Amino acid sequence: MSKDIRIKKGLNINLVGAAEKVTSKAVLSNVYAINLEDFHGITPKMLVKQGAEVKAGEALFYNKNIEDMLFVSPVSGELVEIERGERRRILTLKILADKTQAYVEHPKLDLDAASAKEIKAHLQKSGCWPFIQQRPYSVIADPNTTPKAIFVSGFTTAPLAADLDYVLQGKEAELQAAISALAKLTPGKVHVSIAGAGNSPLAGLNGIELHKVSGPHPAGLVGTQINKIAPINKGELVWTISPQDLVIIGELLLSGKFNAERTIALAGSSVKEPKYYTTKIGTEVSTFLYGSGVNGENFRVINGDVLTGSKSSQDGYLGYYNNTVTAIPEGDDYDFFGWNKPIFNKISSTRALTFSWLMPKKKFDLNTNTNGEHRAFVVTGQYEQVFPLDIYPMQLLKACMVKDLDEMEQLGLYEVAPEDFSLTEFVCISKQPHQQIIREGLDLLQQEIG
Amino acid sequence: MSLKTTMHDLKMKYKGKKMAPAINAFHTFLFTPDETTHSGSHVRGADDLKRTMNTVIMALVPVLLFSVFNAGYQHFSAINGFPENFSLMEHFLTWDNAWIGIIKILPLLAVSYGVGLIVEFIFAVIKGHEVEEGYLVTGILVPLIVPIDTPLWMLAVAVVFGVVIGKEVFGGTGMNILNPALTIRAFLFFAYPTWMSGDKVWVHEARERSEAILAGATNVDAISGETILGYLAQNNEAAMAAKYSLSDMFFGFIPGSVGETPTFLILLGGLFLIFSKIASWRIMLSAVLGSLVMGLMFNQVVEMGWVTETSKFYGLMNFDFWKHLIVGGLAFGIVYMATDPVTGAQTNRGKWFYGFFIGFLSVMIRVFNPAYPEGVFLAILLMNVFAPTIDHYVVRGNVNKRLKRLKNAVVIPKDSDSAAKELKAETV
Repeated sequence: MSKDIRIKKGLNINLVGAAEKVTSKAVLSNVYAINLEDFHGITPKMLVKQGAEVKAGEALFYNKNIEDMLFVSPVSGELVEIERGERRRILTLKILADKTQAYVEHPKLDLDAASAKEIKAHLQKSGCWPFIQQRPYSVIADPNTTPKAIFVSGFTTAPLAADLDYVLQGKEAELQAAISALAKLTPGKVHVSIAGAGNSPLAGLNGIELHKVSGPHPAGLVGTQINKIAPINKGELVWTISPQDLVIIGELLLSGKFNAERTIALAGSSVKEPKYYTTKIGTEVSTFLYGSGVNGENFRVINGDVLTGSKSSQDGYLGYYNNTVTAIPEGDDYDFFGWNKPIFNKISSTRALTFSWLMPKKKFDLNTNTNGEHRAFVVTGQYEQVFPLDIYPMQLLKACMVKDLDEMEQLGLYEVAPEDFSLTEFVCISKQPHQQIIREGLDLLQQEIG
Repeated sequence: MSLKTTMHDLKMKYKGKKMAPAINAFHTFLFTPDETTHSGSHVRGADDLKRTMNTVIMALVPVLLFSVFNAGYQHFSAINGFPENFSLMEHFLTWDNAWIGIIKILPLLAVSYGVGLIVEFIFAVIKGHEVEEGYLVTGILVPLIVPIDTPLWMLAVAVVFGVVIGKEVFGGTGMNILNPALTIRAFLFFAYPTWMSGDKVWVHEARERSEAILAGATNVDAISGETILGYLAQNNEAAMAAKYSLSDMFFGFIPGSVGETPTFLILLGGLFLIFSKIASWRIMLSAVLGSLVMGLMFNQVVEMGWVTETSKFYGLMNFDFWKHLIVGGLAFGIVYMATDPVTGAQTNRGKWFYGFFIGFLSVMIRVFNPAYPEGVFLAILLMNVFAPTIDHYVVRGNVNKRLKRLKNAVVIPKDSDSAAKELKAETV
């Protein structure tokens, strides 16, 4: 059964450099890295020492608060470096990969007979648990809880993001296995959303509630879909997971191996031949970036899409959750009278001598310039045009800024993740850091109430 | 060395120093900065606050230009009488007219911007924040909403008061409760009422001449320029109608505050602001509706015979309801003042209420104000004060919806694995 959802508010950001639907195999990386910042709110406790040999899928560290939650190595090799920051906080773990990969073999699970408890234990032990995110707070799910429902967004509307219909081709068996397992973890439904038009491998799965969603970005964000399907109330819990991570879970369940392989999109105007690559979590970005060639030297490599990704570098590593790597030019240059001349080459949500509204189909080459300075909130009504959730965005942001817990709760902070505010951040005339404000608000709320 | 590198070096030289905000203000005026994104969205929209404010200024420029000519036109017409067979090129767009405007209005503009920006720069340097763009619009609004002969020192005092008390004490642009331009106007009105009302302030030299005549001069003729509303307040509609036609009112060839008269150009400016998505069409539309409703109610009161010609309110109450929009400062206030996003209602639903009451109260105050037949700035300031209250109730509506939903919340206690099956039965 499918239910159609139409998103009206939003903005599609069309950029040049979309990945061509051709997949190459990336060169094998020498060193793989796990960036601890990918796991928000997790305090790691190391299980192996520097110099230790690990297998692919072998645990590197666990979550200090939930000791059964293991985090595993994507490859087999030697843990060559534990990079630490202030107060010896672990930043990055680097593994020098073996020539021949050895995997930890997990026992296969009989999905039909397994209880929820067994599935949870299996996913935690194998290192697949961190793929499951929870709302409220937008952090890795607590395995001791039971969500009212699980949401999977089966398509993306974010600029230049990997096309899930394409990268999930032929993965139906894995997806089905993962969905069947996850369905046992909730008394509610597993909601899967796919694009209104398209050919998603997710459409044919059993045991799901299928939703067809159409409309501009952020229609593809799971937060938008949750808000339209069944908004989160105080005290409720939902889990979200991305389809590509379902594939890894599915493969684990079917074959007993943690296979960190995934197909990623390399995109952006700084890439000469943007296309898809099969590679592994934690791989060096340079193993595929230079395969496609780059334009110029002054560009930014982003782990993820341009709206929600994290800043990486040319010698950085593929993030734990990312299936897109974007390279766009840095915008660290001045623009003479940039504030009053007509603008044709940038995207704007207004028509104040900005002309992107005339060219809805045009693909733009945007850089990382802020196009103006940080200011207090001034203009109103602008966020609402691109924010489809039934929430007052500016009022919620202000509640987070003044740390008013009651207001944050009442205005709907439980329902959102930072990424839901990526588009309001994009259009913001005052150049406020919306996602950071929401992240800090969520952290505070979790610390005080959660 | 190019200007770009010179400015960049200057910025680096003053970085972290006290004068940095002042240097940066000039720098960012010339160049959009080289700042790049750090967190969150890596790309950003093309607009910033400077562009937003600049758009409002563009919408005000035609009004300003018109007012320059109208200053002279009203002056000479008051002396020689209004021309018969009015021709735009011959009688209005003349050098003589423009000259009066240039010597009277440009100094007002210069003082408004000069004093206001000095205050802004001082506060930015003291508080160490960047010079914000709010005053760019306030600075051009102020000379347009005062009588033409307002002494420059008076304007300077009012601007200092308006910027400091109206804005900076709250934390600058974006934090203020009252519209700064209207705070300046209100200060002038209450501090120097004789300069702000009556029939001797709207036309250049009217006051000067009447003072000279009082002092015993015999070589000058008295001139006066009563506003439309002034005539009506004296129940003198016949004299008004003989002097000004409907098209005079619509196109703005009437006396009044410097820039409030050209309804036609204000309408174009308003449409431009709506089209460019800078100002709220909700506020403008609802304010127009509000004023029409109030005007209609007054017309109805007269029709019912509740107010007769002997009443001092008769002239204004009997004025056709829709004509309120083309006289006085109502159109100007609705388009350029009520739509200030900082001091107005911030929720889309709130904007409807906010705008409606601005229109409604403007016409009401205009009719009942005993001191002076106008009330747009008072109505907007009053609604500025109530805007947060309106928003509060609109936002509570959203909160209540969330609370209602909460009754059906599916809260599953921790460690309830074994109970999952039973739960399933309950929640289907």
